[in-house]
Amino acid sequence: MTKMPVSPKAAVKEVQDVSSLAAKAFASMFRRPFYVRDILTQMDIVGVGSLTVVMLTGFFTGAVLTLQSSKTLTTFGAVAFTGQLVAVSLVRELGPVLTSLMIAGRVGSGIASELGSMLVTEQINAMRALGTDPIKKLVVPRLLATTSMLPVATVMADAMGIIGGLFTSVFVLRISANLYLARAWNGLSYMDLFGGLLKPIVFGATVAIVSCHCGLRTYGGTQGVGRSTTQAVVVSSILIIIFNLFLTRLILVYTR
Amino acid sequence: MTEPILEMKNVVKYYGDTAVLNGISFSVFRGETKIIIGASGSGKSTILKLIMGLDKPDAGRIFVEGEDITKFNERQLVSVRQKIGMVFQESALFDSLPVRENVAYRLYELGVDEDEIDAKVRQSLGFVGLEEAIDKMPAELSGGMKRRVALARALIGEPEIMLYDEPTAGLDPVTSKKINELIITLRDIKSVTGVFVTHRMRDAFTLATEYATNGGRQISFHTEDNFLCIANTRFLMLRDGAIIFEGPDEVLRRSKDEYIKRFLA
Ligand SMILES: Nc1ncnc2c1ncn2[C@@H]1O[C@H](COP(=O)(O)OP(=O)(O)OP(=O)(O)O)[C@@H](O)[C@H]1O
Ligand SMILES: [Mg+2]
Repeated sequence: MTKMPVSPKAAVKEVQDVSSLAAKAFASMFRRPFYVRDILTQMDIVGVGSLTVVMLTGFFTGAVLTLQSSKTLTTFGAVAFTGQLVAVSLVRELGPVLTSLMIAGRVGSGIASELGSMLVTEQINAMRALGTDPIKKLVVPRLLATTSMLPVATVMADAMGIIGGLFTSVFVLRISANLYLARAWNGLSYMDLFGGLLKPIVFGATVAIVSCHCGLRTYGGTQGVGRSTTQAVVVSSILIIIFNLFLTRLILVYTR
Repeated sequence: MTEPILEMKNVVKYYGDTAVLNGISFSVFRGETKIIIGASGSGKSTILKLIMGLDKPDAGRIFVEGEDITKFNERQLVSVRQKIGMVFQESALFDSLPVRENVAYRLYELGVDEDEIDAKVRQSLGFVGLEEAIDKMPAELSGGMKRRVALARALIGEPEIMLYDEPTAGLDPVTSKKINELIITLRDIKSVTGVFVTHRMRDAFTLATEYATNGGRQISFHTEDNFLCIANTRFLMLRDGAIIFEGPDEVLRRSKDEYIKRFLA
């Protein structure tokens, strides 16, 4: 009874349900009423609430990335290009993916457990009974919050990563700050920035839709809430990593 | 009077492989209160959820004010639900909102302006005697207080139909008396149509034997006697997904059925 759906039929149904939730959420995004207060609250939870985590992740990733890449670059006598390698890796891949994974863990679990508890205590039914569409009231604000705040968080993580790299460059590797920053800046193209912002938008939508779906599908009381929460984090993290491959491929094809 | 306000026709509902409701038909007329009794798990809450459109039957039809809501989608159901207030078995208050916003929820949805909302919230909380709890969070309330806030929340749009799911379960006699009197007032003074689910026979018979009159200023409660029979309250008893009794309390009390006799004992 407590297994994840594994049969092909169950898996197909699951994909169908998630797509249908996504379609309903997008469709009702443009219909009144708009729950502005809920949207702002969620943006605050996702954006402001995740800032510390995201900035710490960015800083230390940038720092360690600099250490590692300078080591490799030294063997080719190209240590001066450290800044470029760090900036490109961060903006294209590590920034979006790590930020989204952190937020999948922090926000995705929160969404699934909140909606799951509301479901098992009949609050969702009470909401429907009082004339509210739970998709509009609960799913849409969370979707808007993650899709809008994830790019912001990613930019923060990228910036902190480059600063982290700057620290190790200057204090450990003794590369001059000017050289590091100039290489970092020149190494980035507009397409890198575009791709680096497109990814978190897609990943944000993934986290919100998957987590809402898991929460709203909870069964079996409090234990079920725990199960939904775990599933939300696991599934959205895996999807982020898979989608990242496809998005990267897509972006690289169009930036030739 | 001729057309029922609520009607179920041969409703069947399955959860998994078991038929929780197996061919339920009944109707409730304007101003009438139907008391649904039955053992735990007999499908009482399921009936209320189906009337509210929160769940769909597997067969049969459900009518609200003559309108067939069986196939209605969520958007069509909004206007139906506006006419119905529901008190959930476990209160189901929104635990992230204070009492004020819980009670006002429906009015916020309708876009009523703030001053009017405040007045109505106070009035509704006053009706259940909980004005002082207006700024509390649901977690700070006792079970009985939650039940009464849930009642206030259900009442705020002045719905014509009220569905009560065991509003008195697990409450002390004083509080349950208070809630019963509220329900009787709604039925007799405001002509609200109701469905009252319970397995506490005492409360069921209170509802079936007491009535309220409005003496101009004050509402007073009386008990029916030999000359007077309350005509607007009927029983409906469920067992294994089917209706095994339907009628007034006098007949229920005299029933020869072994199961019913044991249930009333
Ligand atoms: N969501 C559900 N999934 C599966 N089974 C359910 C579900 N809801 C109710 N049931 C089953 O349906 C039956 C009737 O449930 P219902 O809640 O209507 O009972 P009830 O008469 O209200 O009982 P109680 O007096 O204990 O509240 C029960 O056997 C219950 O196990
Ligand atoms: Mg019940």
